[in-house]
Amino acid sequence: MIDVQNLTKTYGPRLAIDNLTFHANKGEILGFLGPNGAGKTTTMRILTGYMPPTSGTARIAGYDVVDDSLEVRKRVGYLPETVPLYPDMTVLDYLIFMGKLRRTPNVVDRAWEVLERVGMAERAGSFIGSLSKGMRQRVGLAQAIIHKPEVLILDEPTIGLDPTQVVEVRELVKEIGKEHTVILSTHILAEAQQLCDRVLIINQGKIVAEDTPQALQLRLQGGRRIIVEVRGDKIDALEKRLSGLPGVRGVGALSQGRLEILVEENEELRPLIARTVLENGYDLLEMRLAEMSLEDIFLQLVGEESEAGQEQGKPPAEGEAQSNTPADEEASEEG
Amino acid sequence: MRNIWIITKREYARYFTSPAAYLVAFLYLLVLGIIFYANVAASAMNAFMRPYAPGVDIIINPITTLLVFITPALTMHLLAAEQRNGTLELLLTAPIRDWELIIGKWLGSFLFVTTLTLITLVYPITLNFLVKPGIDWGPVISGYLGLILMGAAFTALGTAISAMFNNQIAAFVASLAFFLLLWIIGFPAHGLGGSEIWQYLDFSNHFYDTLAVGIIDTRDIIYYLSVTAFGIFAGSIIVETRRWR
Repeated sequence: MIDVQNLTKTYGPRLAIDNLTFHANKGEILGFLGPNGAGKTTTMRILTGYMPPTSGTARIAGYDVVDDSLEVRKRVGYLPETVPLYPDMTVLDYLIFMGKLRRTPNVVDRAWEVLERVGMAERAGSFIGSLSKGMRQRVGLAQAIIHKPEVLILDEPTIGLDPTQVVEVRELVKEIGKEHTVILSTHILAEAQQLCDRVLIINQGKIVAEDTPQALQLRLQGGRRIIVEVRGDKIDALEKRLSGLPGVRGVGALSQGRLEILVEENEELRPLIARTVLENGYDLLEMRLAEMSLEDIFLQLVGEESEAGQEQGKPPAEGEAQSNTPADEEASEEG
Repeated sequence: MRNIWIITKREYARYFTSPAAYLVAFLYLLVLGIIFYANVAASAMNAFMRPYAPGVDIIINPITTLLVFITPALTMHLLAAEQRNGTLELLLTAPIRDWELIIGKWLGSFLFVTTLTLITLVYPITLNFLVKPGIDWGPVISGYLGLILMGAAFTALGTAISAMFNNQIAAFVASLAFFLLLWIIGFPAHGLGGSEIWQYLDFSNHFYDTLAVGIIDTRDIIYYLSVTAFGIFAGSIIVETRRWR
């Protein structure tokens, strides 16, 4: 359905996306996951025919996004990150206007249909300016599906919503995903885990991983983490001692007195660690086994990526690597 | 064609739901009414000394001046607001071509300006009852043709300028500055002699001595139509280049 080959886009000297290649099958929900500025929005804008790529090709339903832009646009429903609405129009008028622009047959009936679908039928006569953020998001979704597009592209559809609204929108996306091919971007990992059949992790314009959320979790579970909280002076001395233990792959300080120990998968090291802590005169306050969440995987991948970039002497693209958190640096140390 | 019409209808309808457009229309008709009254009153008072019935120029000339000021206010939002709102992204990913969007936008504003201009026909009609034996309708027809052509040219330029900005006020100021320039550009050339290009570009050379007094000359019509075409073309190019940024 969607076939992207070596897609590259530069803004002046800045590389926004770098040689992306991926595809999405019919009826699949594909998630773009990445920090802000990773190139998710740029990729989506190219796929919707909003801007041409610098090089590479992208095809949707067999049509090239540059050469057959209008054919592509007929088949794509798009919800940009800032929901594009006219505050001076009523919900129904807006949907009819958008539907007509996209040549929807029986546009009025169809507008009511999608309003039912997103649960906004009772607000059809309200001016968009008077709606809450969650409602606007739903109207945005309604305009994206009014012409029954084969492909639906959603840029951070749940951003800025309250928790109930987030759940509602996710349900809606899931339901829509049964009939349409959906690409959605997010930086919320739980969302990707919950909604997507497949996840592309993008960082600094490159795909760093691509798989199902479950497989990603499995694939990257190369080790186990043990979190310990200790009390005593000179924690760094203990840190050194712990990292000298057989089977320990690395130790990192999470916060004052809290250490994260990465150990080999199949060895039970907890008794040994406990003993080491006590024998060296520290108090052991807590010890637990931490499982790798998608969040950790993500940070690890993104961390590796930026480290690899620095090794090659490539400066990270402006304003992108800097968005990473201190936790990210920890992850790089482990890797 | 259908796409253009969808945009045009939306754009035209928007003027009737926008308080700002009503305010502009109100001020326009109010100022025009005051000027009309003052001119008629002055002619009436001077009637003993100089029995001279005022012609339609007392209406058409002020409209020209007012058009220079109100058109930027009516075109400033056309694309600048879409840009600011994020809705331009929606229009540029809808299955319509960039020039269809620009023509649709232009046509909407042009029809609204034309509507305002046609409303001002009440003044010539009123004048017709005030003077004896009625006014000469020739200059009214050619003058209004000129005003409509001028409206087309101004709205087209305003549309193109609006496409350049994210900010409506900036679009307004830039359009107004550009129109004022077009109004006086032939003037310095008078003193210097020569430079027929500047003379040609000056829209006042295509109105006050020809269309306003009842002379319909193809050269003037071609001037306004080519400015209109230029505006639409420039607007399409500007939107197109926006995609690359």
